[in-house]
Amino acid sequence: MTSHSKKENNAVSVSEMIAQNKQKKSFHNFNEKSIPVFLFLLASITILTTIGILYTLISEAIHFFMEVPILDFFTGTELKPLSQDPQFGILPLLNGTLISSIIAILVAGPIGLMSAIYLSEYASDKVRRVLKPLLEVLAGIPTIVYGFFAFTFVTPIIRAIWPQVEATNILSPGLVMGVMIIPMIASLSEDAMSSVPNRIREGSLAMGTTRLETTFKVVIPAALSGIIASFVLAISRAIGETMIVTIASGSSKNFTFDLTQSMQTMTAYIVEVSGGEAPAGSTLHYSLYAVALTLFAFTLIMNLLAKYVSRKFREEY
Amino acid sequence: MSTLTEKGIKIDLQTSQDDKEALSQIKEKSVIYDTKNLDLWYGNSHALKNINLEILENEVTAIIGPSGCGKSTYIKTLNRMVELVPGVSTSGSISYKNKNILDKSIKVEDLRTQVGMVFQKPNPFPKSIYENIVYGPRIHGIKKKAILDEIVEKSLRGAAIWDEVKDRLHQNAYGLSGGQQQRICIARCLAVEPDVILMDEPTSALDPISTLKIEELMKELKKQYTIIIVTHNMQQAARISDKTVFMLNGEVVEFSETDQLFSNPSDKRTEDYITGRFG
Amino acid sequence: MAKSQAVMRQPNKINARVRINTFWKSIFFLSTLFGLFVLAILIYRVVADGMAWLDLSFLTSRLSTDPNTAGISGAILGTLWVMLVVIPVTLIVGVGTAIYLEMYAKKGFMKSIIETNIANLAGVPSIVYGLLGLTVFVRLMAFGNVVLAGGLTLSLLVLPILVVSAQEALRAVPGYLEEASYGMGATKWQTIRRIILPAAIPSILTGAILAMSRAIGETAPLTVLGIPALLIPLPGGLFDTFTALPMQIYYWTLDSSLVAEYANLAAATIIVLLVILFILNSIAIFIRNKYQQSY
Repeated sequence: MTSHSKKENNAVSVSEMIAQNKQKKSFHNFNEKSIPVFLFLLASITILTTIGILYTLISEAIHFFMEVPILDFFTGTELKPLSQDPQFGILPLLNGTLISSIIAILVAGPIGLMSAIYLSEYASDKVRRVLKPLLEVLAGIPTIVYGFFAFTFVTPIIRAIWPQVEATNILSPGLVMGVMIIPMIASLSEDAMSSVPNRIREGSLAMGTTRLETTFKVVIPAALSGIIASFVLAISRAIGETMIVTIASGSSKNFTFDLTQSMQTMTAYIVEVSGGEAPAGSTLHYSLYAVALTLFAFTLIMNLLAKYVSRKFREEY
Repeated sequence: MSTLTEKGIKIDLQTSQDDKEALSQIKEKSVIYDTKNLDLWYGNSHALKNINLEILENEVTAIIGPSGCGKSTYIKTLNRMVELVPGVSTSGSISYKNKNILDKSIKVEDLRTQVGMVFQKPNPFPKSIYENIVYGPRIHGIKKKAILDEIVEKSLRGAAIWDEVKDRLHQNAYGLSGGQQQRICIARCLAVEPDVILMDEPTSALDPISTLKIEELMKELKKQYTIIIVTHNMQQAARISDKTVFMLNGEVVEFSETDQLFSNPSDKRTEDYITGRFG
Repeated sequence: MAKSQAVMRQPNKINARVRINTFWKSIFFLSTLFGLFVLAILIYRVVADGMAWLDLSFLTSRLSTDPNTAGISGAILGTLWVMLVVIPVTLIVGVGTAIYLEMYAKKGFMKSIIETNIANLAGVPSIVYGLLGLTVFVRLMAFGNVVLAGGLTLSLLVLPILVVSAQEALRAVPGYLEEASYGMGATKWQTIRRIILPAAIPSILTGAILAMSRAIGETAPLTVLGIPALLIPLPGGLFDTFTALPMQIYYWTLDSSLVAEYANLAAATIIVLLVILFILNSIAIFIRNKYQQSY
């Protein structure tokens, strides 16, 4: 061995010290084996959360469906949980949820998409770097703040223009929810559009088309799956949104299409019933979970749909 | 081992200007890496085919060949870094100091402590120069500051970069030039006093002047360490190595004294490669 | 020939096409500004309503039904207590999960199950987490509607955000650093603890702060947990009942039709909440810029 030459002029031999340290490495061995197990246990908390949600919703909803036939629940147009002869039809809630979500997407869809087009196709790098984070501030505002805004500002304005509108109505929270989900559509659609490679754009522009024509004939078709996915996710977000509708749309359980009236969404119903004094074990209490299970199923389906769309129809560049 | 005398005589002839050193080399040189019938697959692709090589201690062995010939794969097999790629499988054996390192009972951490590696792109940690050097000693349980200080100076001197960085040991290593970073990586390697240093195209990302400095350093290092270097640069192999391996399509085509391989290759394919007909 | 006619016609058409393009460009630009315009009105409105009511005594007084003496010290303290639960729980579980997924889990069934599950959890409405918390923490574990139950519920809610951002942070650490560490004979855990985590920590912190801001502003799950409206005593521990800033805004907004000044109190509380979120986000941006990859 020649290795002594690098050690002899030195009092300490590092390699020998390392060799000695190896003897007492059992602690490290323990670490190497136990840490992955510990981390796996932490990771499984996310699985337990899902199991917890499913178990909670299903086990309690079953009690509800033992008292209220499932068909009556999904086809009933009357929701009168507190009357002498309680009715538990979910259609008024589904109706409120869908109408508010449709209003929201009617606002956020065009505006979000046009913002995305501007940011991805027209804005200079500098402008985009300022506008995009500012737009995302909208997404960071807590929904309770939007609720306050809808109730104390938007509703009075609407009522000034259109006096028949009630103090609590579905229109105002729908519009505000639309503003809330603009950044979601803008940001996700912009991602989809800017991931369309430039050579495709250049190919079209070189033919003498304008930016607008290139955007609508080439870029948007190529990014369509991402754009659709952003719409689906935004709708899912609107369906699950709670505070804006709870505050601004009130708790009337009318089955109506009149936008000037108060309607209750599934989420607002959950807030109302869980905040009230529903006795444990009552049908009213269990109805909470049946509605929540329906809500959960809706948003899950929308989210899976968004994922499916963006995967299945992804353009190969 | 049987060829030792033969090879020893050749070395003796080459380095006759310093008889003493040559003599000591004859006495002590022994096989450090003995590869036998090594095959390696990435999934289904056969990357190394029946490799047989004996690499001697305290020599510089260069491995050359066109890209994709398996030279990097082979050098990474010598410290089992190749296992970081999923789906790798091997057969055959590599004896390092008479132990088969492909055996699953071998702890890769021990192997890699004895066999250092310098990578293609300088890869210091995003920490201070000092922290980079003491990383190895620390993970192997050396904690005393006085000893660590000593290791830092010795390793940086060993990598011929002490004078350049001694005043800024606590600054981020990424403030250095590429060539300096690579010497920091070499110093980091020396800090645990390995027996072998594997170098995987260590100068391919560097400018010519930095390359020259690293080559000079290698000549210095070979007095104390066994060096195995993969290079795509034939002139570099000719300048610094004692032996050269030429690989092609996962096979060893030729393995001989560097002078002989470059002046009088025995295989037509070697000749084609070194005369620039392909690669 | 038809072809040459088409070419001849183009010059006139091109002017029109360019004009259409310019017109739509300004429409697109105005759309982008629309969101910001609403944001500006919202902030103006909140400040106009609340600023006059925001003073030191508002921050330090306890809750009261009298708008002139009511303060939010209890809500501030409640939010702080809840964050004392959320921060350690999400950091440990979130970063641990991310390390497991990125560094240990082999590609395959388990990893894809956990990742798909996390992606789906991120899309579950927050109110559903409220029901989970109500059933598991408030009732099953019998904590009641206390700080710990609220904190754990919000932790589960923001966990997916933190896991995904921590995974991205770990993935962004260049592979050559990992290689260098293994090359020195370091074990996997040594490499993670000494090289990968330190390199990823700025991005992880940025993600953690964003997750915190989400938790601070979250209201719906707290309403389900039965967090009380009018609570005079201040929380002093994990097992005390509490109220939080967003809950305070909620009740004051609802009751503003009864007592008009409650709207001002709600607005003042919103200012406090937004300032906290603004500070948190500034810290996140500061960390991101300061420690932007030094490699």
